[in-house]
Amino acid sequence: MRTAVKNTRTLRTPGGLSLRADVRALVVVGALLLAAAAASVVLIGTGDFPISFADVLRTLAGNGTAGQDFIVNELRLPRVLVGLLVGASLGLGGALFQAISRNPLGSPDVLGLSQGATSGALVVIVLLSGTAAQVTVGALVGGLLTGLAIYLLAWRQGVHGYRLVLVGIGVSAFVTAVNGYLLTKADLVDATRAVVWMTGSLDGRDWSQVWPLLALCAVLVPLVLAHARGLRTMEMGDDVANALGVRVERVRLLLMVAAVLLTAAATAAAGPVSFVALTAPQLARRLTRSPGPNLLPSLCMGAALLVTADWASQRAFGADQLPVGVVTGVLGGVYLLWLLVTERRAGRI
Amino acid sequence: MTPEPADAPDMSANPESDSKRSTVNRLSAENVTLAYDQRVIAEQLSVEIPDNSFTVIVGPNACGKSTLLRALSRMLRPSQGRVLLDGQVIQSMPAKKVARTLGLLPQSSIAPDGITVGDLVGRGRYPHQGILRQWSVEDERVVQESMARTGVAELADRYVDELSGGQRQRVWIAMALAQQTPLLLLDEPTTYLDIQHQIDVLDLCAELHEEQGRTLVAVLHDLNHAARYATHLIALRSGRVVAEGAPNDIVTAGLVEEVFGLRCQVIEDPETGTPLVVPAARRAKLTTAS
Repeated sequence: MRTAVKNTRTLRTPGGLSLRADVRALVVVGALLLAAAAASVVLIGTGDFPISFADVLRTLAGNGTAGQDFIVNELRLPRVLVGLLVGASLGLGGALFQAISRNPLGSPDVLGLSQGATSGALVVIVLLSGTAAQVTVGALVGGLLTGLAIYLLAWRQGVHGYRLVLVGIGVSAFVTAVNGYLLTKADLVDATRAVVWMTGSLDGRDWSQVWPLLALCAVLVPLVLAHARGLRTMEMGDDVANALGVRVERVRLLLMVAAVLLTAAATAAAGPVSFVALTAPQLARRLTRSPGPNLLPSLCMGAALLVTADWASQRAFGADQLPVGVVTGVLGGVYLLWLLVTERRAGRI
Repeated sequence: MTPEPADAPDMSANPESDSKRSTVNRLSAENVTLAYDQRVIAEQLSVEIPDNSFTVIVGPNACGKSTLLRALSRMLRPSQGRVLLDGQVIQSMPAKKVARTLGLLPQSSIAPDGITVGDLVGRGRYPHQGILRQWSVEDERVVQESMARTGVAELADRYVDELSGGQRQRVWIAMALAQQTPLLLLDEPTTYLDIQHQIDVLDLCAELHEEQGRTLVAVLHDLNHAARYATHLIALRSGRVVAEGAPNDIVTAGLVEEVFGLRCQVIEDPETGTPLVVPAARRAKLTTAS
């Protein structure tokens, strides 16, 4: 018999359990994982001491020379892992926010979360002249406080799409002004440090940044994916989701907290890498051609996008010359124009 | 209207008869006060939905008919009073359990971009699914059946945004049917549809009610549609029940004037024998005024 939903496969066990998957989405996830892995290997081989693809793989397997082992496992692998985790967190956080706000522009960088994290970092850099670790904590706190502020300001018997976006844009403008003020208060050394941080960079990331991010993702990603089906019904409007037995407000609060944590942690680790959270979900969706929040494809797309952008920034302008945030910013700008043009052709704006 | 308990002969039996009353019909609202923020829409409103009826709620704009439907479907929590489903306060029941008993087709439904008819109807199965029970043989069967029942089976692979308004409304009804609930609430299901699609949707509702013994509750704007299709009519004005009962028993020129402030004649519908409201002509109004 023909199935009701095309392009899906169902796996059923005799015990009455069943799992369903969108074939195309699975293929996209597989391809993106492969792309992210390949880009990571290439990225590890790139730098002042180029290492061949085969040597990188051999060293990762533990069979490299001592010199290669140091460069790969101590210097470059942690940086690439931070890149992958940051990209994945931003991709997933963006997909969550866009689904919750039902708006392709409702991503954390538009809603002011990244700017809020920046404020936290700037306070530490400019006013406290703190260490790198303290800057990370400052960014995390800034992001979380901004998320809380947006939720409280937007809450009016529940948080709804438009109000969330508008409140977010307002908060974003306010926080950006605060950031500008903090920069004017800084002396030259601090200001330079602040500006580098603000463009988003993966320079000098080591294992101490990998573990907290990995732990956070290990907790949040399964939690978020377990609520994906509830989020999918919320696409059809709060009333429909409620009628289908979804505790809309509870699911939304939980997923917003998860998205804020993911975004704040990613920003704390790499600075406000722009546009990944905005573009990854939209690109993933255009590849899977499936409605729904596309959480897993967005996550994989974010990881692949960030590592590729990091490679492009090093390759095109020499190692560590150009922060990765500049490349994602350029990509994002092009993407936004493309989105506006195609949506206008489709008659939506 | 229920009799005042103070006059009842044996007052000791009252609590029991009270609890019995709520088990007679599966869905009822007891003395509910409904308000958005500070704006009170209805106070001390009590409504019974007779089992296996096609109940239609009518009334002028802002009389609280959609608000009442929202309360009955637990979208709106009454600030006082309670809504009972199978003898339990609806808010205290597990969300998925309610969703397997009572379905709602709201006005504000959004078809996600690029969703197919089959996918949308399939989403109606949510309350019957779990993380390890995502798409059972039963899910597949019910979805196919719901699409066949509403005449959208051949549209299964089409995108919902490509469909006409009438087809789209059928798809949403199919989604609500896939939920397999004995009670189904519809909030103005005919709004924005052409007259032929309005009748089409209402005929479908009548069939769903008659053939499967489902209890249907709908809010309708058109009083003549309500009188033709309802087996039980609830007329609201300013958050108060003015009359309830079978359309043939309650729809009179006096009631229409009281509820809608409209002078009219009520004649027999030549097709169905149900009451048909014919508004008074403008000239007639002038002659009576002079």
